[in-house]
Amino acid sequence: MSTYLDHNAGSPLRPEAKAAIARFLDDAGGNPSSVHRAGQSARRMLETAREQVAALIGADARQIVFTSGGTESNNLAIFGALKAHPARRRIVSSSIEHSSILKPLEALENVIRVAPDREGRLSADEIASAIESDTALVSFALANSEVGTIQDVGAIADAAARGEAVFHLDAAQAVGRIPVDVAQLRCDLMTLSGHKLGAPAGVGALYVRDAWALTPRMLGGPHENGMRAGTPNLLGAIAFGAAAAAMREHFQDEALRVSTLANELLAELFDTIPGLRLNGPIRDRLPNTLNLTFPRVLGESMLIALDLEGIHVSMGSACAAGAVEPSHVLLAMGLTRDEARSSLRLSLGWNTTRNDIARAANIIPRVWQRVADTEPPGASPRGHMEHLQ
Amino acid sequence: MKRRVLVAMSGGVDSSVAAALLCEQGYEVVGVAMRLAPDAPATGLKRRGTCCSHDDFEDARRVSERMGFPFYVIDLRADFGARVIDNFVSEYLAGRTPNPCVMCNREIKFDRLWTRARALDADFVATGHYARISRDSAGRYHLLRAIDASKDQSYFLFTLGQDELSRTLFPLGVMLKTEVRARARALGLANADKPESQEICFVADGDYARFVERSAGHEQVHAGHIIDGSGNILADHAGIHRFTVGQRRGLGIAAPEPLYVREIRANSGEVVVGHRSELNSRGLIARDVDLVDPATHHTDVEVKIRYRHAPLPAHLTIPSPRTAEVRFVSEGPAVTPGQACVFYRGEEVIGGGFIERALQE
Repeated sequence: MSTYLDHNAGSPLRPEAKAAIARFLDDAGGNPSSVHRAGQSARRMLETAREQVAALIGADARQIVFTSGGTESNNLAIFGALKAHPARRRIVSSSIEHSSILKPLEALENVIRVAPDREGRLSADEIASAIESDTALVSFALANSEVGTIQDVGAIADAAARGEAVFHLDAAQAVGRIPVDVAQLRCDLMTLSGHKLGAPAGVGALYVRDAWALTPRMLGGPHENGMRAGTPNLLGAIAFGAAAAAMREHFQDEALRVSTLANELLAELFDTIPGLRLNGPIRDRLPNTLNLTFPRVLGESMLIALDLEGIHVSMGSACAAGAVEPSHVLLAMGLTRDEARSSLRLSLGWNTTRNDIARAANIIPRVWQRVADTEPPGASPRGHMEHLQ
Repeated sequence: MKRRVLVAMSGGVDSSVAAALLCEQGYEVVGVAMRLAPDAPATGLKRRGTCCSHDDFEDARRVSERMGFPFYVIDLRADFGARVIDNFVSEYLAGRTPNPCVMCNREIKFDRLWTRARALDADFVATGHYARISRDSAGRYHLLRAIDASKDQSYFLFTLGQDELSRTLFPLGVMLKTEVRARARALGLANADKPESQEICFVADGDYARFVERSAGHEQVHAGHIIDGSGNILADHAGIHRFTVGQRRGLGIAAPEPLYVREIRANSGEVVVGHRSELNSRGLIARDVDLVDPATHHTDVEVKIRYRHAPLPAHLTIPSPRTAEVRFVSEGPAVTPGQACVFYRGEEVIGGGFIERALQE
């Protein structure tokens, strides 16, 4: 028996994506770039997928560039936008981004990183005023993956447009959880990730409003409208398209169901765990995402204990060795290290059932009680030397 | 209902086979690798051949994948720092030679790890140590030497009391190392022929003197003179933490006969050297003594005063609680303050403590 509450890390494969993969595997292969009819057939499948992904965010199919995933899309957005605007130097971003934005920006100079408030909100005024005439790129996540805070982008889009800076939104976490429309958001580039919405990992997309925003980084053939050379991951793209179409079709029902279940779970946990805190705002938060600080426990122990009970949740990010590190997002929001170490992320999704939530509401408080009783954090006396940090 | 056991896995052969054996014996195994050492300073030093590296964790993870049990990395760096490394540093600064493996067992593997295990609803903690635990008809637990005498690690485990022994499993205690390696190969474990780790796991480059200096700060370092038995100054030295009793190398003194460290005087910063024959001792005083049977007062035992030393016949007296006086039956070798002194009767560990000082008379 297992209950998967980690959709923000990766959503299980949707049946529609699985069916599309099965159909593809039975089909004859072909390279979408080939002239012959096998190629034409492959091309048709790829372009259908492109239309399906485009429709999810109100884009035109020609504006969708398939990539290997969210990380590649973010890298392409950052380095491609800078390459396209060599006279401009400055980049405006934030301290709560995904590592696939943080790390590329660490390699660059002239980066302004706006800090969030206590609930993970970025100040639109602060970002807008950081945009100057030499700003090449404004880049941040539409919704934060760890706490789910949704940013208010209207004023930022205005300021970016005024400054003629490329406006990139990382919507890997937002798409499928809330309505996302590129016309309304007025971004130039948008990152999408396949496996966050029920396609397999290894496929993603970058929405490119027009060629002004981006110079390609992967050079070779004329694939993907000249924006990303290399024969695309056809299997992944088809599954991505099918997942996108399914999501679009079920969006209203699914969003309502997921948000109702998440709220019920939250209410149950608040009732049974005294001192529990929700990180991030009550409103303007991805309805599927619950980032919770549990009193008197180490999140690491909670995470493992829950996993052994068949409840899969997450905490911060894993280091190369597989140990969990406190979330940089929570630290940036002003939580202490101990608070961040006591926090877990529960994220629901398309296959979460009422039964899952009943199980979670039953098991989580019980496990919390056991962990809190056996191992209060900070019980170890600290020595006279500080070995950490 | 399967009994759940938390197995501490280093990525080495021993703990890997221990975990595999417990799986076969029907336990519900949960593998954990402990993150203990602070992150290596950004010198590009690889923690090679020690027990906490990324590669070692990957080896442990592969074992878990192969055997099909869950595996987690847990972060015990703060506890390890406060309870093992600080002790290691302060012992060296006080002129003693600590044994961090004993402290790690006492404080981390059989204490902090056990609290983690309880939080995970586990019934036991297991490790790949070579030692045995038996339970007598009265329900008391006994710590015994391993079957493989050349691998016996009971020395490092003498602090375990009844509580700890009752919830601990040592599946390798009844096996020979050669059998363990054969088992590892039969199980297809990729690390079957991996060399054993020897160095202190948190001192990446093996230079523990520099580690002590870096951890404590140079103002804590106790420099002074190297003197002979009559008090003549033979040389200067850069810190008493660089010496251990019985040491011959690195004294920097030319002498017709080899000189050895006889004594380290923390108060004066003096390091006393002498000839080999002057190292010998009659016995020792140990502190922080644990005894399996608290009623012990006088008894004949064998003692091990260093892990690699052969056991010596001795007479044990307990003059006051948690203190032991050990008299060797015949003249004994150099006694190193800070090391563990473990008391054996036959196969059994009947107690032990930490060496305070040698007895010359």
